[in-house]
Amino acid sequence: MIYDMLLLRFGEFILKGKNRRRFENSVFLHVKSVLEPYPKVELRNEFGRIYVYLNGESAAEPIQVLKKVFGIASISPVIVCKSELEDILETSYRYLEEMNIQESTTFKVSARRVWKKFGHSSHEMNHHVGSHLLKNFEMLDVSMNRPALDLRVEIRETETYIFYEVIPAVGGFPRGSNGKAMLLLSGGIDSPVAAWSSMRRGLTTECVHFYSYPFTSQLAKEKVIDLAKVLSGYAGEIKLHLVPFTEVQTSFTGQGQDKLIITLMRRSMLRIATLLAEREGALAIVTGDSLGQVASQTLSSMNAIGRATELPLLRPLVMMDKNEIISIAKDIGTYDLSIQPYEDCCTLFVPDSPATKPNLRIVESIERSITNLNDMILDAVDRTETMILTPNGNGNTKVDSPVEEDWF
Amino acid sequence: MIYWDHAASTPPYEDVIRTLTEVMDKHYGNPSSIHQLGGDSVKLIKRSREVCANALHVKPSEIIFTSGATEANNLAIKGAALQYMSRGKHLITSMVEHASVYESFLQLQQWGFEVTFLPVDSQGCVSLESITAAIRKDTILVSIMHVNNEMGAIQPIDAIGQEIKRCNALTLFHVDGVQGFGKLPVDLKTWSVDLYTLSAHKFRGPKGIGLLYVREGLKLMPLLTGGSQESGFRAGTENTPHLVAMAKAMRMTSEQQPIFTKNVSIQRDRIFGFIRDIKGLHLHSNENGAPHIVQFSFPGMKSEVLMHTLELQGMLVSTRSACSSKQTEPSRVLISMGLSHEEASSGIRISLGDSHTEEEISQLELALRKAVEQLYPLLEKGRNDR
Repeated sequence: MIYDMLLLRFGEFILKGKNRRRFENSVFLHVKSVLEPYPKVELRNEFGRIYVYLNGESAAEPIQVLKKVFGIASISPVIVCKSELEDILETSYRYLEEMNIQESTTFKVSARRVWKKFGHSSHEMNHHVGSHLLKNFEMLDVSMNRPALDLRVEIRETETYIFYEVIPAVGGFPRGSNGKAMLLLSGGIDSPVAAWSSMRRGLTTECVHFYSYPFTSQLAKEKVIDLAKVLSGYAGEIKLHLVPFTEVQTSFTGQGQDKLIITLMRRSMLRIATLLAEREGALAIVTGDSLGQVASQTLSSMNAIGRATELPLLRPLVMMDKNEIISIAKDIGTYDLSIQPYEDCCTLFVPDSPATKPNLRIVESIERSITNLNDMILDAVDRTETMILTPNGNGNTKVDSPVEEDWF
Repeated sequence: MIYWDHAASTPPYEDVIRTLTEVMDKHYGNPSSIHQLGGDSVKLIKRSREVCANALHVKPSEIIFTSGATEANNLAIKGAALQYMSRGKHLITSMVEHASVYESFLQLQQWGFEVTFLPVDSQGCVSLESITAAIRKDTILVSIMHVNNEMGAIQPIDAIGQEIKRCNALTLFHVDGVQGFGKLPVDLKTWSVDLYTLSAHKFRGPKGIGLLYVREGLKLMPLLTGGSQESGFRAGTENTPHLVAMAKAMRMTSEQQPIFTKNVSIQRDRIFGFIRDIKGLHLHSNENGAPHIVQFSFPGMKSEVLMHTLELQGMLVSTRSACSSKQTEPSRVLISMGLSHEEASSGIRISLGDSHTEEEISQLELALRKAVEQLYPLLEKGRNDR
């Protein structure tokens, strides 16, 4: 089927009065950027919709790309014809012919006359188009309630749109429309999904990754950079903060309280993330916690850990099952990277049976006993490297890539 | 000296040679080492895999690097046969495959597999009916080449793929794509191909490197065991510089394919024209074949004699396929295509690259006319004519 145009409908945000125009603009720019590889397409913006004229590009690939644009609720591939009765009938006929419909398909026509000067009312058009198709296709049965095929005919002054598919898209809010937060990115399966969920809700997400070289390898760090790069495909660009965590982390090992190491570590991570949030003007911290998944994610642990920051902690995955998280991770393209087996600092020095009910009083007293903990935390923030990642670039990174593009 | 043997091997792109040298110089680290130099090699290999996958419109995880087409064909055929022998022990291939395919099947035959060798018509093509008739419930693999290396015949891969899957959805389809890539469009998904072989030196990359596309979800019994490189399909330290160089050649070749097909077909047709015109020569390729291969014979004159006569005039052509040209038997492939014994033992192949000039083709014509004129009186037939 050769389509002329894709009709994109906006999601829930169009209800948001004053911000609507800004939101729509943001989606428009996002759509424009993802369609750059298709030079023939042209875009038009209208209340609650974007029209993507394909001008000969095939529809399949752009649809796949557009389904991932935040703020778009659904996509319909459309055939365009003149707003004249004859042309509408002929085009509808051709459309169904190419569709290769099966025996006894239920159908109805839903015409909408947007251009009131058109000579036939919506009701009359339903009748005209419907009877024309019934005459020509024996396998069609009319069904007004739940038709398998609901042919929409939208008559406008300049042209008429004919379509039936409504492909659900990712929805959510335009990127960057709901403020900024820091996200703890570990390199596992969950945190990239948490990042994507936050971004879908319009949150600008800066990623914070903790590494403990030489206990963690350079490859673990690079894996996180690769993950952030995938995420930048959704966000346009991603700021990634790489925090050297070795000193802080090793300071917890000699305390004779190995079962509390995760709790202590996570609390320090939150403190560092909070300091970075202040510096970057972020108003919350996002984590990939999912209730009960591991020892640090029991309710008791969340309680003891969460008290280390005053910023709101957002946990988009908190009530999701692992399978749901994995399925999103596969969908957004982070899963294969996440399962690479490089140890990150969350699994270092972890005892066989970490505390699932950490005692806050003991945790706090250990923290007090490490007199230079605060200095180490401030020092880690100072030595944090920040890089900006884009889907195609290598970012303004200090990590030299051995991959010289000239070789390929 | 003008080189007319591009189906045997191609001159590497200058950029490929430069890339190969630079990567060899800088990135000698073993990709399995976990220090930085090893890590750098891993990244280069990853990027190479992406570039190769892009050129075929498949996923990077579906590309297995090998030492060349012979290994890739062996891995595809024996690997699939051994992996899936519990489903059945029947295999299908054609009479005109490359030796690395044909001999693999002969070996499997010795190991107790049953192999059906499909005949071809005078155009060199396998018929769909013969596929339909040969496929059974216990057929685990069909292997058919895309373009025949001796004749240039193009197999109807698209239709064959669909027919195989229609007859038995579990039967795997392997395509030796060595002579087709860069010469014709390739569309593995539409063709329902499960396994696909390429060799870098046939598309202006280096020798000693190739790849096998293995459709996601398929398993193959590895032929080389050892380390866990190539997802366990093929042990052995990755050949980083050659991989990068192959990726580059593959990208450049696939970008230039439409132009290659168009321009080289025109030159081929010109060559067809004068071969048809020269008395004593029989043209065996035709316009339906690949753009770069011209097979003809000079019945009564052994291939080598004409080849060397042309060589004296600076024209390098080929007798049979290079891999088996030292054998003395006439070509199995040409005989299968219905050539007489006399034609098959006097077969000559001219194969084109993308840089031949019109002037060079005129020189080839002259050389060929001169050679035939010289040799014609020596033919038995020629002697009788006198």
